[in-house]
Amino acid sequence: MFALILGRLGAAWITLLVIAVVVFVGVELMPGDACTALLGRDAVRVEVLENCRDRMGLNRSPVERFFAWAGDLAQGDLGVSMKRERPIVDIVGPRLRNTLILAVAAALAGVPLAIGLGVMVALRRERPFDIIVSTTALVAMTMPEFVVASLLILIFAIWLGWSAGVVTAAYDAPALTLLFATPLPAVTLALVYVAHILRMVRSSVIDTAGADFILMARMKGVPERRIVRRHLLPNAILPTIPVIGLTLAWLLSGVVIVESAFNYPGIGRLAVNAVADRDLPLVQAITLIFGLIYVSMTLIADLLAMALNPRLRTRRL
Amino acid sequence: MTLLAVEDLTISRAGDEASIVRAASLALAQGETLGIAGESGCGKSTLLLALMGIVKPGLTVTGGHVRVMGQNLGGITPEALRRLRGRIVAMVPQSAAMALTPSMRVGAQVAEAMSVHDAIPPEDIRARTTALFARVRLPEPDRIGARYPHELSGGQMQRVAIAMALTCEPKLLLLDEPTTGLDVTTQAGILDLLGELRRETGMAMVCVSHDIGVLARLTARVAVMYAGHIVEDRPTADLLTRPEHPYARALMASVPRIESPGLPPSIPGSPPPPGKSGPGCVFAPRCSRVIAACERVPELSPLLEGGRIACHAPDHGPLAPPVVMPEPLVTRQAGVPVIAVRDLVVQYRRASLLARLARRSLPDPVVSGVSLTLAKGEILGLVGESGSGKSTILRAIAGLWPPSAGSITLDGANLPGRVTARDRTELRRVQVVFQNPDASLNPRQTVREILAQPLRLYFDAGPTEVEARARSLVHDVRLDPAHLDRRPAQLSGGERQRVALARAFAAEPEVILCDEVTSALDVSVQASVLALIHDLCHARGTSCLFVAHDIAVVAALCDRVAVLHQGRIVEAGPARTVCTTPEHPYTRSLIGAVHRAPDVRGHGICER
Repeated sequence: MFALILGRLGAAWITLLVIAVVVFVGVELMPGDACTALLGRDAVRVEVLENCRDRMGLNRSPVERFFAWAGDLAQGDLGVSMKRERPIVDIVGPRLRNTLILAVAAALAGVPLAIGLGVMVALRRERPFDIIVSTTALVAMTMPEFVVASLLILIFAIWLGWSAGVVTAAYDAPALTLLFATPLPAVTLALVYVAHILRMVRSSVIDTAGADFILMARMKGVPERRIVRRHLLPNAILPTIPVIGLTLAWLLSGVVIVESAFNYPGIGRLAVNAVADRDLPLVQAITLIFGLIYVSMTLIADLLAMALNPRLRTRRL
Repeated sequence: MTLLAVEDLTISRAGDEASIVRAASLALAQGETLGIAGESGCGKSTLLLALMGIVKPGLTVTGGHVRVMGQNLGGITPEALRRLRGRIVAMVPQSAAMALTPSMRVGAQVAEAMSVHDAIPPEDIRARTTALFARVRLPEPDRIGARYPHELSGGQMQRVAIAMALTCEPKLLLLDEPTTGLDVTTQAGILDLLGELRRETGMAMVCVSHDIGVLARLTARVAVMYAGHIVEDRPTADLLTRPEHPYARALMASVPRIESPGLPPSIPGSPPPPGKSGPGCVFAPRCSRVIAACERVPELSPLLEGGRIACHAPDHGPLAPPVVMPEPLVTRQAGVPVIAVRDLVVQYRRASLLARLARRSLPDPVVSGVSLTLAKGEILGLVGESGSGKSTILRAIAGLWPPSAGSITLDGANLPGRVTARDRTELRRVQVVFQNPDASLNPRQTVREILAQPLRLYFDAGPTEVEARARSLVHDVRLDPAHLDRRPAQLSGGERQRVALARAFAAEPEVILCDEVTSALDVSVQASVLALIHDLCHARGTSCLFVAHDIAVVAALCDRVAVLHQGRIVEAGPARTVCTTPEHPYTRSLIGAVHRAPDVRGHGICER
């Protein structure tokens, strides 16, 4: 068990290192560099360009620069944004908080809903309720986020007028203000992954319902409700936990689109802006943060599944 | 008083109304025991579940009914049915490993069987659970309840399942293959326990098994089922010694018996799939005694000497004897062995980094210092319980798991430890047949493609040669040329294993390694596959290493036997000598476990 956790943690660190290398190499491969992007038209003047490169240390070898960058990273220093000319930590920090507010709201509302619906649908397999919900889920899964976002804005903001179409809060607004701005973006974000988790839970519950131990419980005379609660659900939900973690991590890719669609001041919109501004150090930092979140989400899900699974928990090494 | 009455019960598939169980009638008084024998697909498990009022999804009861203590299970409320299950009628499942809920501690599962029926005051449940665990002879009965199923051995899980069935002191205990999948010595322990519990509690039992030996030890009466019909229902002693229905007779004769050497006779043909049986007697197409009357379905009618039989032309003669093979040729023993294994040591776990840092010692090797030789044309049996290392030796010779120490030679030349390091000739000369043909044959290939592969690989055969050779191989394994175009899913288990054998023999090997090749097959099919292996090896002079857990099967087929126990050979010698005069206590316990079986053993089949 202990060795297993240690192994997972080690693998997570190696993954992060690989991500850092890939991000760095990716940015290196792009035509031009930070200075050509920053100077824009001024870059044709060689002495200005060279001056800038000297100032930013771009004349050193790529390997040298990678280790300098990675060394700073290890100390929590993400570098300095060129466009905004401020430490990246200060730019990213509050926006990361905003994104987390959005993501956590989406997850807290969505995951229990997805699991609950998945179980309910599975227990009413092939009946009208199942067919309606499962088909809706399939449709929701296939709709791109920007379509969902547009539809929701159209319905709730324009036709019904229940909320503002876009978020007007500043990036440093108080958490509560932002929380009130989250419903539409959160629903958009949640819709796709709720559908995913629902379908997964449904098939897992149906599989488990066919297991011998369910039949055995029935043969013991256990009432049906208790069979579902004690025998079916613990064994059906368990295998879905790592996949739920993965789905939630994958939700981050949706953040970029959803935040842009709703003008939500989070890290996803920042990423889009950073790319538009060709603020390469910022792009690097954000990509790395996405990687970090992805890796830690899957790690947490794995560890949670391990802690809940007696088979893994009590394995002797 | 009649405890259980089944009248004209017919259970059919919901879609096409093909019947799985056809007009079955049975009666059982309190304290009586009944066995239901038959091969896979004969409907015995479906019938057993119906005795609890359970019909699997996709099936429906289309006629007749089941009464337990006068209550018709088809006519009572779901709640009444639930109150009955576990309290009046309890089940010991086929595989406890699958039937215990993996996320619950076993103590809680046993306690649940009591609490859902309010059978025991809550404060007494713990003590009662402990007492039950002690009664089924589990170690540390007061502590074992805190374990999860995966922390127990197969035999222990089966004991937990038995404890769970006994919680409410049921009147009727149903057993579905209660010992299948357990080692023979574990099996013997479970059977002893069940017999003892029955004597103490006086409960009635219905036991389903394909293993006649199990039924002989547990039940006083046995009903034989074939294609959904009960064909013969007799006191166990009568059925074992003088069965009269041609199918029951063929089934009894196909069981290999350690005391009568030789290959048991098999039944030609295969049972009809559900809904595909003709208008007359279901067994008629495979029966050698067909008369005109067999065009009508025979009634299950009482016999003078007790019991019932459904046959127009019952046979009262002696059972067909096993086919006795010639004594092993002396020349086979001499000469250079084809395969020689010397001081083989195989270890599964490599020391992990952490274990090496902690300087932890490695677990004992699975095979420690085994030496054996396989002469030309010889069939050598490797027998032992699971974990004895028998399959590991086979895997090492096949190159699937390299040995940690020792050598394996083929015709005196060293055989590389890894299959990837062997050249084409070495690969061709040693072929493997696996336990489960479902897994070892590519489901997307036709039989022709499966057979063509070794022919192309080893002999660079062209299309016409492949076709000719494939046809002759199919013929040699007694299949039809029409089978060449089928895929594994379209074949029966026995046919699939024949294809696997044909694939192995396509390479014209000098040695074939058979890993439990008959353990997934029914006895009558097993008999025909054993005869096939014997004939193929003898006709071609191929040597065979035959790994099996059933010493009776090994005794029937093999020239020589090596008995493995905890990774070491404890006894080896000519099959007949080892089985009739075992020296090592472990061999004796292996033989004893299968041999002790029928205490009602009479004459005829056992002392041919």
